[in-house]
Amino acid sequence: MRLLSYMGQWKSAAKEVLDRTAIVAKFLCLLHVTNNYLCSPTLVYGPSMLPTLNLTGDVVLAEHVSHRIGKVGTGDVVLVRSPVDPRRILTKRVVGMEGDTVSFYVDPMYSQTTVVPKGHVWIQGDNTYASSDSRHFGSVPYGLIQGKVFFRESNELRITRF
Amino acid sequence: MGTQSLLWNSVKKFLTCGLIGLTISDRYASIVPVRGASMSPTFNPRARNFTDDYVLVEKFCLKKYEFSHGDVVVFCSPSNHKEKHIKRIIALPGDWIGTTHNSHDDVLKVPKGHCWVEGDNSASSMDSRSFGPIPLGLVKGRVTHVVWPPQRIGLVERVFPQERVSSFK
Repeated sequence: MRLLSYMGQWKSAAKEVLDRTAIVAKFLCLLHVTNNYLCSPTLVYGPSMLPTLNLTGDVVLAEHVSHRIGKVGTGDVVLVRSPVDPRRILTKRVVGMEGDTVSFYVDPMYSQTTVVPKGHVWIQGDNTYASSDSRHFGSVPYGLIQGKVFFRESNELRITRF
Repeated sequence: MGTQSLLWNSVKKFLTCGLIGLTISDRYASIVPVRGASMSPTFNPRARNFTDDYVLVEKFCLKKYEFSHGDVVVFCSPSNHKEKHIKRIIALPGDWIGTTHNSHDDVLKVPKGHCWVEGDNSASSMDSRSFGPIPLGLVKGRVTHVVWPPQRIGLVERVFPQERVSSFK
């Protein structure tokens, strides 16, 4: 008799645990879809985008809609998966789209001109002296673009829009 | 009133299932159809008029991007980001691969962070022999099993032409 009532309590407790877990799982799925398909906050750091972005780190908002519908263009700051190390994501500016002719300085004396192939983009950091970008590893396929940065949360009270 | 709340309930259920399905297919595994004969006889062995093969693609490999020679992977085409292709990885970063360029034999070193992909059916396959090595960041998943048609359900083996690849580590 007591055993039956214990089993009843255990069953209802287990059901409640399952319900709560289901709610948490649904929330995590919503978080995943929002971060990958809508908008996500990202911490970016490094010297390659000075003075636009900070050396020690900036929290930026990146949206993940434009690159899927092909609306990334010249002048956009984008998050790009590095073609040299697929585990790293770089923040650079798109300087040329497919078909554009890009000239850049290999060293202070010589400049080189290339045409960006179909399906690729040419990315450069704003700080040309301390940036490893398309001048070193060539045009990157458009498929490596992960998102476009559109908002920067700044430590100062002013907020910068791109 | 009753039907409105019923409709709203079904919309909510549909959205929830959609979100969960999308998360699972992005993070864990998904099932995709194979179009074309560039991976014959591994997938679509004959010009079948009936149905394409369906394969299981796992996404756990995208945490570390560590692949082995002979893995069959799904990747975004480097010339059109909207298309996805399925080919086999023949060479990994740092390997030397033997290719034929303009009818003379050539040896290429696969750059860091890139891989060389080829279809099993060399006669009709658009792969690294035309567009060169692709960055590993374009890989979207690894094919582990064939799930349709039922008579060919099974593991996808890792095979690759060892005589054309040499890796010095």
